[in-house]
Amino acid sequence: MRFIFKTSYDRDIDLFEDGWHRARIAALLAVLVALPFLLGEYYLAEATNLLIWSLAGMGLMLLVGHSGQVSLGHAAFLAIGAYTDAALMHCGLPWPVAFAAAGLVSGLFGALVAIPAIRMSGIYLAIATLALFVLVEEAVILAEPITGGIGGIMAPPIQLFGISFERYGALANFYWLCLGVVAAVTLAYANLLRSPTGRAFMAVRDSEVSARALGINVARTKTLAFGLSCAATGLAGSLMGHFLGFFNYEAFSIFISINLLLVVTIGGLGFIQGAFLGAILIAAVPQVLSILRDVSGIDTSGYPGLETVVFAAILIGFIIYEPMGLYGRWLKIRTFFDLFPLCRRDMFRRQKSYLKTERMR
Amino acid sequence: MALLEVRDLAIAFGGLKAVDGVSFSVEKGEVFAIIGPNGAGKSTIFNLISRFYDPSAGSIRFEGREITGLAAHEIAPLGIARTFQNIELFDHSTVLQNLLMGRHAHRRTSWIEDLLFLPRVRREERLHRRRVEEVIEFLELEAHRNKLIAGLPYGVRKVVEIGRALATGPKLLLLDEPASGLSVEETQDVAFWIEDMQKDMGLTILMVEHDMNLVARVSNRVLAVANGRPLAMGTPAEVQGHPAVIEAYLGTAAVSKVSA
Ligand SMILES: Nc1ncnc2c1ncn2[C@@H]1O[C@H](COP(=O)(O)OP(=O)(O)OP(=O)(O)O)[C@@H](O)[C@H]1O
Ligand SMILES: [Mg+2]
Repeated sequence: MRFIFKTSYDRDIDLFEDGWHRARIAALLAVLVALPFLLGEYYLAEATNLLIWSLAGMGLMLLVGHSGQVSLGHAAFLAIGAYTDAALMHCGLPWPVAFAAAGLVSGLFGALVAIPAIRMSGIYLAIATLALFVLVEEAVILAEPITGGIGGIMAPPIQLFGISFERYGALANFYWLCLGVVAAVTLAYANLLRSPTGRAFMAVRDSEVSARALGINVARTKTLAFGLSCAATGLAGSLMGHFLGFFNYEAFSIFISINLLLVVTIGGLGFIQGAFLGAILIAAVPQVLSILRDVSGIDTSGYPGLETVVFAAILIGFIIYEPMGLYGRWLKIRTFFDLFPLCRRDMFRRQKSYLKTERMR
Repeated sequence: MALLEVRDLAIAFGGLKAVDGVSFSVEKGEVFAIIGPNGAGKSTIFNLISRFYDPSAGSIRFEGREITGLAAHEIAPLGIARTFQNIELFDHSTVLQNLLMGRHAHRRTSWIEDLLFLPRVRREERLHRRRVEEVIEFLELEAHRNKLIAGLPYGVRKVVEIGRALATGPKLLLLDEPASGLSVEETQDVAFWIEDMQKDMGLTILMVEHDMNLVARVSNRVLAVANGRPLAMGTPAEVQGHPAVIEAYLGTAAVSKVSA
């Protein structure tokens, strides 16, 4: 059993609860930085892809996990990020500017969309964001001069201070670039959650009535959550464009939206760590399947839907048995060992809520 | 000048006049109780003051200022805090986080500062924590500080909700049935807290409560309502003995017996 003594408010406000926690994060970062020296080309590309997915996952996590709104249209914001970045770089702007613009444009567009969307919730919001996705997809196809239409567009290689960050020529550099972006966004996300803005998001998620009574402007808060979520997703889209090198509208299909939703629900709604764990799982399923195929020697190429079936089975399993997701499961295991032997079976069982009859919407 | 002045307040839901011509004023430093049978319109009066509902007629003045034109989220910054009859806490957050959410009306940093966690954000956070710790100490919530609401017993949640309202640093506190569902001991605690909030913190309290012992013990004045209309106002003893009040209670008691 481990005790943490809090001797000042700062201990609670700080990002790391103690030196041990700080050391663990530092070790993780060190391993991630060293990864290009440890992995071959194929797995380093997988790791890069995973970072990009985690970034997009964090974007959606902020919306679904922390402000309680759902979106089936986040692939649209990936697309907006990717196309903004590529289009601006084709105009000759350097990558940092195009990258920032990708986040800004996606964020502003998201906030704009939020103004009508926040009046809805649940399934209605899901359908509205789905409609938005279709709209953006059509717009991408029609805006041929900018997006290349059906034919697609190339993401120009990234050059900074004479160093190449091209995905095919200099994968390690591109990986480090993605790692830097992901680390910065993670830090900003963690900052948000320990400050009034993040608390307002969670307040709106859990009880709009109470939030209003405490002086929280619900419409403004939801709009901000939408904007920030879409901005992070737009940044991920920009990196995804460079990762793909060449892409058209099909790279941002509805399945990407659904996969993102899987990432956040399987990973654990309401935890930053959940976005990473979810992305790892989503990336691992096809790998594990192909390894199993090689090992068992069973030819599954005749069953093209196998991956989807496995995804669906995992999702259903999680929703039934572990609604808190992978990270929730990990928390339970950790609490068990932290408190050993004092852990109670019903530690995480939710109390019955009493009388919600007076709830106002 | 009264702290809160309600005049000829009215609202109807469809054909039902839930509140119909209610007037009263709450003086600074007073504990004012509203009583009445179920469905009398007590919670609706609270929801009108919180600006969740728009009154069809009448005015609500706080510190002399008309508040019926404000939005619901503009009420807390004025210094009006409330609890809910059926507990509306943030279930997936800890007690501490819930109380910190109560500090929202006092936030001064923008979301950009929060994203970067600039030094000012930390300074503000320390201030919020200090205020919240005072509330935790006052309500003896230390043992529950880092527990999730979802796992807390009913009685503790009720106290956390009072704490969250206190954390907003209000001038006027609206308590909707603070003792409902509590044990005798817990109700005793609530009575002590209300007395302390009035005497030591100088708060003004407007309270809806069915427990007449509690009402008689802590309140300076009482308003009785039934079917949205005021019946009587005065000291707890005067109102309890008022013929119209006795009839309203006996009447509903008789009706509920018949229908049961
Ligand atoms: N949002 C609403 N829509 C329709 N009718 C409502 C609404 N809110 C309250 N009412 C009705 O108004 C009447 C007064 O309700 P209110 O909740 O104010 O009663 P109350 O005095 O608080 O009763 P209790 O002691 O049971 O809490 C009731 O008949 C109730 O059904
Ligand atoms: Mg009521």
